Amino acid sequence: MASTSSNAIKINDLHHEYIAGKPVLKGINIDINESGIVAIIGPSGTGKSTLLKCINRLNDPSSGEILFDGADLTKLQGKALRKMRRHIGMVFQEYNLVERLTVLENVLSGRLGYMSSWDAWRRNYKPEDLKHAFELLEVVGLTDFANQRADGLSGGQRQRVGIARAVMQGPYLLLADEPTSSLDPKTAVEIMELMETFAQRNDIPVLLNIHDVNLAKRYAKRIIGMSNGKVHYDGPPEDISEADLKVIYGGESWMD
Amino acid sequence: MDGLAKSSAKHAVNPFKASLLNRALWLVVVAYIFYSASSLGLSLERILLGFSESERLLTRMFPPDFSRAGLLMDGVAESLQIAIISSFFGIVISLFIGLLAARNMMPIMITAPVRAFIALCRSFHPVIIAIIFVKAVGFGALAGILTLIFASIGFIAKLFAEAIEEISFNSVEAIRATGASFFSVIIYAVMPQVFTRFIGFASYQLDSNLRNSTMVGIVGAGGLGGTLFSAFQRFDYDFVSAILITIIAIILVGEMLSNLVRRIF
Repeated sequence: MASTSSNAIKINDLHHEYIAGKPVLKGINIDINESGIVAIIGPSGTGKSTLLKCINRLNDPSSGEILFDGADLTKLQGKALRKMRRHIGMVFQEYNLVERLTVLENVLSGRLGYMSSWDAWRRNYKPEDLKHAFELLEVVGLTDFANQRADGLSGGQRQRVGIARAVMQGPYLLLADEPTSSLDPKTAVEIMELMETFAQRNDIPVLLNIHDVNLAKRYAKRIIGMSNGKVHYDGPPEDISEADLKVIYGGESWMD
Repeated sequence: MDGLAKSSAKHAVNPFKASLLNRALWLVVVAYIFYSASSLGLSLERILLGFSESERLLTRMFPPDFSRAGLLMDGVAESLQIAIISSFFGIVISLFIGLLAARNMMPIMITAPVRAFIALCRSFHPVIIAIIFVKAVGFGALAGILTLIFASIGFIAKLFAEAIEEISFNSVEAIRATGASFFSVIIYAVMPQVFTRFIGFASYQLDSNLRNSTMVGIVGAGGLGGTLFSAFQRFDYDFVSAILITIIAIILVGEMLSNLVRRIF
């Protein structure tokens, strides 16, 4: 498995605006060298999702740079961008599975960046990819569902498939956009456990958005608090103070 | 109380009464229909004369004459071949054209001209396209096939494009994030979402090409329509009725088949 290089990912002065003059990200600086879960917390609409989508370029940032694996992600285009995306797995809040395909096909779609479209059309996967897919299904506990269609699964099961698909890419970095927000508290914990498992197993950083502060504190090695398009706090979970949380989320009425 | 009584008296007038303009419009429509009928010579005598002619035709159509089965079957075979070949190519070409016309997958520089092309294919009735192709490539099945390919594109390429525009973009985003190429995204995230609808459209188009393939022959583009037309010209009305019954049978079988296909998927 890929190991983290000395400089896994470095975000320098990143700006983004969907509408000119209304910036969402206002100069983000984040430097991640270590493996394990890094949780980004912050209120809705503060640009957490936008930040993650700028990293794998589902969004195009307006300025700044994102250094990853020896390249500036913000400058990549076309084939170079697709090649780089193979090394960044992404897990989505709404799972984003292909509903009408089987669980196994969904997991194997993590290899699409390494296959020709002709092979994708014929579902002509390499034997080692198939073997790896079944291993991952075992890790996420869905071996029995391999040939079932994804639309028959529960939310928690779907998210497990989503994680297996992202890990199937052999990523150097895993992004997760609110992976637990659509799930019940118990399933959310299971999903976080799974994220931690893969962070250790593959020795990679997992950068995830989460709005449940307690869940973030419990699993993250490091917490990044975002507020109003800027990083307000960046440090270990035990050092984040109530004052910091007040600044990040605004006010204190939500705390009890 | 006094004020209330006054206002309710005002409201007692039915607000839905037909207006003068409304009545005048109806009058104009009825007058125009009478005028058109008289200028086309649709008198009562003309209608009665027509009905006596059709009585003669109907008596000569029965019983249907299936004695020239060889000729009939040749026509049927040619119509079927035209329908199947044109459906195949029409559907395959429409897949690509439909994708190029989908505004969520392609920039407007591509969708606008492709949509114009689809509109062009739709704008003429197949009979007119058939006449053009008979003039362009000569009599026979080739003209019929080209006609129905165009007719298919005009119809299902548009439906394909609309189906693609209605997909959920979530899985497209996820597959794109794996580093998949454009075509892999189409194959893996778009196709599965539209496949069953495409099968429905395609079987409907096969059904309609089957029907149209019997028609293009009338203008010389091959198939059963040609046989039908020459039987009319030779006043072989019993053979005409045999051909019409055969066409009905083909359409029914075609409809049963397309229903079967739709039920499987």
